[in-house]
Amino acid sequence: MDAILIQILNGLDKGSAYALIALGLTLIFGTLGVVNFAHGALFMIGAFCAVTLQKILTLSVTTIDPERTDFLGNPMKVQTPYVENWFGPEMGATIIDWAVPLAILLAIPVMVLVGFVMERGLIKHFYKRPHADQILVTFGLAIVLQEVIKYFYGANPIPTPAPSAFKGSLDIGVWLGFDPYSIIYPYWRLVYFFFAGIIIAGVFAFLQFTTFGMVVRAGMADRETVGLLGIDIDKRFTLMFGLAAAVAGLAGVMYTPILSPNYHMGMDFLVLSFVVVVVGGMGSLPGAVLAGFLLGILQSFASMNEVKSLLPGIDQIIIYLVAIVILLTRPRGLMGRRGVMEE
Amino acid sequence: MLGLERKDTLLLIAVAFITLFAPIILNPFPAGSALAQFNAGYPDLMQRFVIFGIFAIGFNILFGLTGYLSFGHAAFLGIGSYSAVWMFKLLSMNVIPAIVLSIIMAGLFALVIGFVSLRRSGIYFSILTLAFAQMSYNLAYSVLTPITNGETGLQLTLSDPRILDGASTGGLPVTSLFGAEMRDTTTLFVGPWSWDFSVGYYFCAVLMLLAFYLSVRIFRSPFGMMLRAVKSNQQRMNYTGLNTRPYTLAAFVISGMYAGLAGGLLAAMDPLAGADRMQWTASGEVVLMTILGGAGTLIGPVLGAGFIKYFENIFSKINDGILHQWFAFMPDGLENAMVAVIHPFIGKGWHLTLGLLFMLVVIFLPGGLVEGAQRTGRLFRRRDKNADHVESDAARQRAAAE
Amino acid sequence: MGILEVKGVNKRFGGLQALGDVNLSVKENTVHAIIGPNGAGKSTLLNCLVGKLIPDSGSVMFDGQSVLGRKPHEINQMGISRVFQTPEIFADLSVLENVMIPCFARRDGAFRLHAYETVRKEAGIREQAETMLADVNMLEKRHMIASSLSRGDKRRLEMAMCLVQTPKLLLLDEPTAGMARADTNNTIDLLKEIKAKRDITMCIIEHDMHVVFSLAERITVLAQGTPLVEETPENIKGHPKVREAYLGEAQV
Repeated sequence: MDAILIQILNGLDKGSAYALIALGLTLIFGTLGVVNFAHGALFMIGAFCAVTLQKILTLSVTTIDPERTDFLGNPMKVQTPYVENWFGPEMGATIIDWAVPLAILLAIPVMVLVGFVMERGLIKHFYKRPHADQILVTFGLAIVLQEVIKYFYGANPIPTPAPSAFKGSLDIGVWLGFDPYSIIYPYWRLVYFFFAGIIIAGVFAFLQFTTFGMVVRAGMADRETVGLLGIDIDKRFTLMFGLAAAVAGLAGVMYTPILSPNYHMGMDFLVLSFVVVVVGGMGSLPGAVLAGFLLGILQSFASMNEVKSLLPGIDQIIIYLVAIVILLTRPRGLMGRRGVMEE
Repeated sequence: MLGLERKDTLLLIAVAFITLFAPIILNPFPAGSALAQFNAGYPDLMQRFVIFGIFAIGFNILFGLTGYLSFGHAAFLGIGSYSAVWMFKLLSMNVIPAIVLSIIMAGLFALVIGFVSLRRSGIYFSILTLAFAQMSYNLAYSVLTPITNGETGLQLTLSDPRILDGASTGGLPVTSLFGAEMRDTTTLFVGPWSWDFSVGYYFCAVLMLLAFYLSVRIFRSPFGMMLRAVKSNQQRMNYTGLNTRPYTLAAFVISGMYAGLAGGLLAAMDPLAGADRMQWTASGEVVLMTILGGAGTLIGPVLGAGFIKYFENIFSKINDGILHQWFAFMPDGLENAMVAVIHPFIGKGWHLTLGLLFMLVVIFLPGGLVEGAQRTGRLFRRRDKNADHVESDAARQRAAAE
Repeated sequence: MGILEVKGVNKRFGGLQALGDVNLSVKENTVHAIIGPNGAGKSTLLNCLVGKLIPDSGSVMFDGQSVLGRKPHEINQMGISRVFQTPEIFADLSVLENVMIPCFARRDGAFRLHAYETVRKEAGIREQAETMLADVNMLEKRHMIASSLSRGDKRRLEMAMCLVQTPKLLLLDEPTAGMARADTNNTIDLLKEIKAKRDITMCIIEHDMHVVFSLAERITVLAQGTPLVEETPENIKGHPKVREAYLGEAQV
């Protein structure tokens, strides 16, 4: 029982990331009808927002401390981050420690801006082009974004730790009446899960309870009719693209303590997120979320040693296998609407 | 000739001429001159031109004719390479059995993957092929290590059985065609020029010409017409009594076999096979070659493959030192600025250039280089026609006046 | 015994009875029209005939064989061709190629891997296609790309593609829907011409009474998924049941 529970928990953080990316992909596909292969790159850019903030916060001034000497006997150079000078050592250190959560504040405007620029500058011109063209141009964009990041940040992963307050692990097993240490779960993964939950709930509430959201939902159902009502759908769809970019970006920011950001993380997650969208059902938001979590958990079960010894390599391919089976048996996906992308 | 129309025969002859004289044509600059770095006439690069040419020609049969965008074709390239290396390990260093097995294995995999993927069309087909390719890549990387040698990649070893060749003495054996070693190169010096004629290149080149000829035949065949009809209107196909599934599957398998041949040749030139060859970015590359050259045209994919492989090679070789040489005529400040601007796009930045190129082509020139050439041609022709109009107008006026 | 025999066909979509116990018999070498108000089930019936939909019960026999459970391309190979509401042609191909494809389909069946032959050498097929195009006065347009044709020519081309297969039965799904009067009359003339030149059975689904009365020899009136009457045009005009079905619609 605890073994099963632990796998479910392990699947949650990856599942959360899949769900968040797939949610954005679905929003874009559902509203704009565009297949965005650059969505993984948005996730990566979010992650690099955290890296950037960490770099900015640790920008240091070099001073010479006459009282201490290095091993050659010269006076020692001390690096003090500016923030420590400005806010005092303790406060400054805390700010640096909280770089990742603070990066959310940076990521929101950055991602919305990136989303706007992308939609107005590129995607807009591809609404009427075939899906193949959309795939190709966004694929090109993904390569460009990835290479730009590589140019500025290098090819190696950059560690971005979680705040020290969240460094430990939680002994969930004890709560649930198992032996101590039977189910250990890092705090940050729990944070990520709750964070994802809040974002998902936020997006749904936004679509459900605001007029804006209502129009967008109507647009997803029947774009032409809404256009006929005299509502300027395009402007709202641009905003929607910004929102989707922000969701992907935030997913990236908060994921950095779990996976040190590297330039190709976007592509890695993109392929899987697409599979998630397809399994969930093209154009279905709840489907995307459900499939994200399901596949995350499924993947985590497939990584159990018991399973792997029975079916070697299953953890590597389980998601693709599921996707293939689903596409062939239930082309609409788990919760897909009728008539979306059908022949 | 050869059962082709005049136009196609001329094209084939032109391609054959360029391919066979490539070692000379691609080395226009004397060895040792400053411009020698733009020469492309060395065996390794020329082999890549023709091998990726084959890959793209095959991809074009699927994508160009039927419009089905596969994002997993690199899987067949990888399967071809693995099969070839296994033949070198087990049977013989002769390239013929290796390549035959490459084509057969890739064809078999294409049959299975295509059978499943082609049940869906559009973006679903793209994602299915992508999923299959990623699956193959992951498997090659991990579980199938006994077959693929995982991360290190499959290589020749001294202890390989090589049943037909017998025990090898000395170092690792090399690939050959009935005794003619693939790496054998004759260098011809003419004045300041030097031209390399390599067995490996000519072997690949002949196969590419054969592949190209077959693709022309397919394009001009009733089968090719059916494939274009599939792209145009599947519903009408069905209501015309034609079963689209076997047509698309045949196209998929044929293009998979082309990819297998390309993979086998890669291994024949350099007996290595790694999982990287199957990664989806590699699939993206062949898509790019085809689109850049002109999907659905005969010569486009070959042009695209040559273009990309050439610039990959050149761009990767250029470094800041060379840039400084180029811009030395400028004032220092401007020189440094130019170098700084170009720097991200060269050397390791080639992929950035590639990505930008990809976007620009899809945005502005969806028909690729071939369409670009046609447009330019039409522009000139139209100017001529306009001139005619002016003249005839003038003639009419004159007639009216008289 | 007609060439097409529909017996007791039922089709439900969820709670909606789209077709209820439809019986229909189309005699060889006649033009048979199926008319009825919107939502009467005309299109559903047609889709059942060509394999796009499978009826819940009943039988559809064509030329003595059941078509049920067969795919559209198999049904076409049995000898049923279909003209669509909006012409379905190979828009990216030339007019000649558009007509050659059905010729290949007739000669080589549903699939043949003729990848090494050359289209140019298929003189027989080409001649067949060109004769057909001459028949519908489109020969001089044979090298045009189909998408650049006018709407009327597209309709003509689609007819040519169907006719070149020498079908035993030609199904026409509202061939004049959305057309201007002049185009409609042209289509009527085209169909009359076709009928005059060869033995062919046609089954027309149509909304436009003008078209129906100009062409049809037998008319079946469908309402709410059930055939009301089957009669000759003269007898249909004043039929009380038909008036009832069309109440509120166009005057019959």
